[in-house]
Amino acid sequence: MATVTEKLEGMDVWLYHGQIYIPNTFSAGAVGSRFLIELRDKKRIMGMRCPTCNRVYVPARSICKDCFEQLDEWVEVSDKGTVLTYATDYETKSIQPTGSPIVYGIIQLDGADTGFVHMLGEVDPEQLRVGMRVQAVFQKEREGSILDIKYFKPLA
Amino acid sequence: MSERVGIISVAQTKYHPNRADVSEEELSYEAIKQVLEETGISLSDIDSAVTCSQDFWDGRTISSMNIQHVVGAHLGHEDNISEDGINAVYAAMAQILSGRQDIVLVEAHTKESQTDKSMVENAAFDAISMRQLGLDFTSAAALQAKRYMYKYGITAEQCAMVAVRNRANAKNNPLAQEPMDITVDDVLGSKILVSPIRLLDTKPISDGACAMIMTTESRAKKLTKNPVWILGASNCYETHYLGDRDLADCDALTKAAKKAYSMAGITNPLRQIDVAEISTEYSYQEPLWFEGLGFCDRGKGGKLVESRVIKMGGNLPVNPSGGVLPGNPNGVAGMARVVEAVLQLRGEAGDRQIKGAKVALAHGYTGICGQHQAVMILGNI
Ligand SMILES: [Zn+2]
Repeated sequence: MATVTEKLEGMDVWLYHGQIYIPNTFSAGAVGSRFLIELRDKKRIMGMRCPTCNRVYVPARSICKDCFEQLDEWVEVSDKGTVLTYATDYETKSIQPTGSPIVYGIIQLDGADTGFVHMLGEVDPEQLRVGMRVQAVFQKEREGSILDIKYFKPLA
Repeated sequence: MSERVGIISVAQTKYHPNRADVSEEELSYEAIKQVLEETGISLSDIDSAVTCSQDFWDGRTISSMNIQHVVGAHLGHEDNISEDGINAVYAAMAQILSGRQDIVLVEAHTKESQTDKSMVENAAFDAISMRQLGLDFTSAAALQAKRYMYKYGITAEQCAMVAVRNRANAKNNPLAQEPMDITVDDVLGSKILVSPIRLLDTKPISDGACAMIMTTESRAKKLTKNPVWILGASNCYETHYLGDRDLADCDALTKAAKKAYSMAGITNPLRQIDVAEISTEYSYQEPLWFEGLGFCDRGKGGKLVESRVIKMGGNLPVNPSGGVLPGNPNGVAGMARVVEAVLQLRGEAGDRQIKGAKVALAHGYTGICGQHQAVMILGNI
């Protein structure tokens, strides 16, 4: 914790600058782990099909929100898909994985019934539109993270 | 509901960009003192307190742990809600209906100025699938805005009209943070934050608190001449992963509204509700929430924004107070909507009063792209 204090101008009020640093260990679970390992080792984007409603969820997950079913039917979906929506973040923020601007997108991958939340790259802001076709670009060095996909770029 | 629940006093602090001059408990005290003074109730008469604050905004695990002495919870009952304060009002209502609590104090506070908004918001996203992308509520809202505009042809001008009207309404609200005379062109010319959302399409950083005293129907009638009754209340939650929803629709709000309306006997909201206070942190949300609230059909929110119906003097004025866009803090915003609805129903809304208001709607939401939605119908008869 930092312990810097400052006095508020014109008043007898002191401001204490603190910062809480709390490490967390988040388990991806069995299904989430395999999803990340497939990204890392095979550059494959895996979904999971619900046997009851037939919906293919991407990223793969273990339980259907509508049917409360335990899911176990793995489906490889395409690395290509269609942009459902996008947004260009022009602000610089400490939380961002890359320099700004960042273009976010929700992409419906071919073979999936849900949108996949990620970033768009190699794209001229003028060219962005809902419905545009894009393809995943993978990092060269991958570590089992959602960021193993660098971004989705427009299909020529 | 058999015995109704009454709200007998409400108060808010002035909303301000940076209340560095007070601690969180001092800020809360400003609002709580007013409701105790108005009702003549002392802290020791409070059977239960329901507080609303959020750990990451407050920078403390169990965010309510430093305010027990100002909410009557020193050696007393307290529950904390970390969603919007409108859910604290709901929890207080449920406690009173249980028959086990008589007089309940509800409090909500947030000092957004004391931390980094985008970092707090980013921590709300799933750590593995979305947080690492650097999303915050504004970038997620921009994804929703774009999808909504694309699917239903809502325009940037219609969204800008929301930003203009709410800030103009705020001129009649002495507690508003940023009442403004601006034009649609001012909004459309303001800095782009996350396209399509511009600076004036969203609210400024805000500090503030509000407080309320609630009790049973019989006690309320004894304690005040003008109690306000909760006629209907509901909330609804939907999926967290943004790709699982069509962000152009707000199914959770539709369900929450339907349930609250059925409790209150509302079949035609535009005709039966006299005034609505709606939480819109981003301008595109107002037309979208109109659709969820059943004020119009899906995709028709843009047209309703343009119409006279929702303006001061219209059939159903929306946000006479100015709502959230002129500046209300996270967590307080929705409870402040209930407070404003109560002021309207008590005829105490000053220059923003809707004459003869008998039924009011208050709306609040929590989370990314309106994931958790709450609707409350209040009346004075
Ligand atoms: Zn299913």
